[in-house]
Amino acid sequence: MSTAAIKKTTSKSWRVVDIVVAALVAIAGGVIFWAWDQGAAALSAPMNAAYPPLTGLLAGGWMIPGVLGMLIIRKPGAALFCETVAATGELLMGSQYGASVLFSGFIQGLGAEIIFAIFVYRKFNLPVSLLAGAAAGFFCGLNDSFAPWGWNIAYSGADKLAYIVLTTLSGAILAGALSWLATRGLARTGVLSSFASRKAATEPVFS
Amino acid sequence: MRQQLTLSGNHALLARANPLSKFAAVLLITAVLALSIDWVSASVALVFELLLFPLAGLTLSLLWQRGWPLILAAAVGGWSTAILAPDSGRILLDAGIWTMSEGSLQLGIGFLLRGFAIALPAVLLMSCTDPTDLADALAQKARLPHRFVLGTLAAMRLVGLMAEEWQTIGMARRARGVGARGSLGQRVKATLGQSFGLLVQAIRRASRLAVTMEARGFGGGRRTWARVSTFSPLDLWVVAGGVLVAGLALFAAVTAGTWNMVWLGS
Amino acid sequence: MAPSQDASGTVQPAAIAARGWGWRHAGRAKPAVHGLDLDIAPGERVLLLGPSGAGKSTLLHALAGVLGDINDDGEAGDADESGSLLVDGAPPRARRGRAGLMQQDPETQVVLSRVGDDVAFGAENLAVPRDAIWPRVHEALADVGLAHLPLDHPTSALSGGQKQRLALAGILAMRPGLILLDEPTANLDPDGVLEVRDAVARSLDKTGATLVVVEHRVSVWKDLVDRIVVLQPGSAADPAVLLDGPPDRVLTEARSMLAAAGVWVPGYVPATRARAAVPAPGAGSLLLAAEQLGVSRERPRRKGFRKIPLVPVQEGVSAQVRAGQALAITGANGAGKSTFALTLAGLLEPVSGKVSATLDLSRGAGIDPYKWKAEQLISRVGTVFQEPEHQFVTGKVLDELLFGPRHLGHGEDRVEELLERLRLTQLVDANPYTLSGGEKRRLSVATVLAASPQVLILDEPTFGQDANTWAELASFLSELLDGGTAVVAVTHDAEFTEALGGAELRMAVAEAVAP
Repeated sequence: MSTAAIKKTTSKSWRVVDIVVAALVAIAGGVIFWAWDQGAAALSAPMNAAYPPLTGLLAGGWMIPGVLGMLIIRKPGAALFCETVAATGELLMGSQYGASVLFSGFIQGLGAEIIFAIFVYRKFNLPVSLLAGAAAGFFCGLNDSFAPWGWNIAYSGADKLAYIVLTTLSGAILAGALSWLATRGLARTGVLSSFASRKAATEPVFS
Repeated sequence: MRQQLTLSGNHALLARANPLSKFAAVLLITAVLALSIDWVSASVALVFELLLFPLAGLTLSLLWQRGWPLILAAAVGGWSTAILAPDSGRILLDAGIWTMSEGSLQLGIGFLLRGFAIALPAVLLMSCTDPTDLADALAQKARLPHRFVLGTLAAMRLVGLMAEEWQTIGMARRARGVGARGSLGQRVKATLGQSFGLLVQAIRRASRLAVTMEARGFGGGRRTWARVSTFSPLDLWVVAGGVLVAGLALFAAVTAGTWNMVWLGS
Repeated sequence: MAPSQDASGTVQPAAIAARGWGWRHAGRAKPAVHGLDLDIAPGERVLLLGPSGAGKSTLLHALAGVLGDINDDGEAGDADESGSLLVDGAPPRARRGRAGLMQQDPETQVVLSRVGDDVAFGAENLAVPRDAIWPRVHEALADVGLAHLPLDHPTSALSGGQKQRLALAGILAMRPGLILLDEPTANLDPDGVLEVRDAVARSLDKTGATLVVVEHRVSVWKDLVDRIVVLQPGSAADPAVLLDGPPDRVLTEARSMLAAAGVWVPGYVPATRARAAVPAPGAGSLLLAAEQLGVSRERPRRKGFRKIPLVPVQEGVSAQVRAGQALAITGANGAGKSTFALTLAGLLEPVSGKVSATLDLSRGAGIDPYKWKAEQLISRVGTVFQEPEHQFVTGKVLDELLFGPRHLGHGEDRVEELLERLRLTQLVDANPYTLSGGEKRRLSVATVLAASPQVLILDEPTFGQDANTWAELASFLSELLDGGTAVVAVTHDAEFTEALGGAELRMAVAEAVAP
């Protein structure tokens, strides 16, 4: 037995390069966000002391791996996979949420994944990215406010609502718009030449 | 071959248990604790978790090193809960947009303890689990697709490199004149640029790693495993331990009358 | 289907046959390889040479069976293959595992975090039965000289040369009939280069596998191979193979052509510009001084409330940087050369001792370069990093060059001059990341110089560069030195140190400190 069996591929199935790049983008996203978090502690601490739901504005950063991963790989399941891998990375780094971070990551990834699935994984323009980011943010807000392991589970209704609105907004801007911009920039560097997103720099913005 | 390839440096008891059983125990405890915010169930679980740390190969100082940020984060969560939970009992503080009452303070303290009690087992888990062993268990025992599991494992190996590269890129950009100190706007812009640079390097390295893996035959349908992931009697003890701790926490809280289901309010 | 091994378990070397083979990557307009006719007999050892763009890497990737799947996306921009390329009579993709591929970057040749696991990886993928895998692992590690490492030794703790040898062990565990090496020693220090070459030689002697190696530095492989094939960018008019024959014949026949293409022909050191006047040591105004400097890359960490003292990788080093003088920092891997240079450049904080800038350099900005603002730093000390991509901050070559002057408010006139001098004029609108290796190197030097610093610090500027870029760089630095700039270079390259002239600061790996 000396040669490996070759799997037949279609354009919607994941190649090895898709898997490894998606995983590393997710992990790099985790590293970036962790570094950013350290830096933003000076900002988030007073936010938290004054009115905690405000921290929802920063939550979008957690959802970047999911949306960015999908925009780069463009295969079904990318958003879900990348968010879950990013969450696993968080767990390995000693997250304050413990094992529950895996559930949170999955749920956030699901939000983005649903939007891309609605567009049958064919549209990756700015409106879709914004929607996907918003959906991820929305699910994040729901997860944090209503899931048993959610950090905001004990807040009053009005505060939960405020938080969910802010996470949705943050998701749309940070996870949606930033990821879309980043993908275009990455395509221009030529580093995406192995992926379906190799032409992302010249794609139309809205259609 | 597990005997040959032990987690280097960590020969603690729990390092020899199958990652899936450890994970199951942690999930059980997390689930029970997640269902209620009260200081009794959290404290009971915490006591057991703290007693277990030598079994995970941690020393007191290591435990403190990894634990104190978790306590801090849990305290922040506890504070937020205390000020934003619906009020009950005497009002202690009033700041207009939020109020803290006796009831919500108690809830906040419960939240702090619970937060720490949920975070700690994950730290213990990660201290005594080798990522490669975890991947083996997930692919061989839990039957997750091996391409995804091993592809992710290989990418995870590069995390340390990514963290180093983040620092190098920061220095390289300072050497070009990108000021990372100064106003908030400047710093945000600098961080965004640094992040972009890291993403490019990440994708480049990952693409090369994928070629390496494919060139070694990865991605085919069938493969054998050089390391076997096994279940042993130790795993039964681990799972039983998880059931015990979760059960005791539940029992103590219900008995003390402090059991406070998250969806039912206090 | 020819098995990789015959019944007795010895490796059967592979044969390669290419007939009019061509490949165009997805999304590119021009083919990477066109019209290749090549036959390689089992057990032959071939060195592939040629200018960049001749498709050498593409050919190796194709032989390994890892070129992208043809049915990738249904849009225009599909990859395209013409002609036939056969390994043992079948397309390489059907023979994955028959060939082992080693690439240039040691970090991405390692897959798993323990030595034993990494070597076993290839065998696992080929569905080798478990009881057969570990004996192969031990054998492969012994063949490459890493048998002294325990099987659970962390792969991240290996040096570059060791990582490449580990990759070779991983390949050998697959018992391949074809070994493909794509610039395997480009990122290694001189010791690592020899380590890897010797390990390859031993493995070939033992298994008799076919070898195809691509490398700039011919002298390393000349005695090992029995055939050199020179490729050129093929087209309808020109065949892909320019020259083909025994090493001595090809090297004498095409010596000047190869040298012009940037290949390091043995015995040939490219001519570089000599200095107009070599200054005496100690001449030239003092710009930067390091006194008893201790350096480390790590950030200070806390353990609870106490600060953990940093263990410096190198300490007690003193050096002087003077205008118009070159300083070469040499030494073995791990001696902390780059860390020292970065500390000197004001990018890392010293662990002990200090770095002082004289008034000539600081012009009022303060004595400690680490405390300078970024804009102050670039007009005084310019640092060129080992990986040019780390320093790209804009999306266009022209913007890259204008970046420094724009921040400083002056110097935009220099940009035109630099563009011409470093041959970047035709690339002004390109994205920096899309440039070739040599172009990126020239660009990174140009961008740093656009701010007109008085001190230029370079970290391994000639790593993996072909002979032409090497010569250009050395000549350009000689010009700068004559112009009064101080040049500090961290380098493994003995020839480069000689070409630079000036003083040499040799660093030794520090003695291990008992905990």
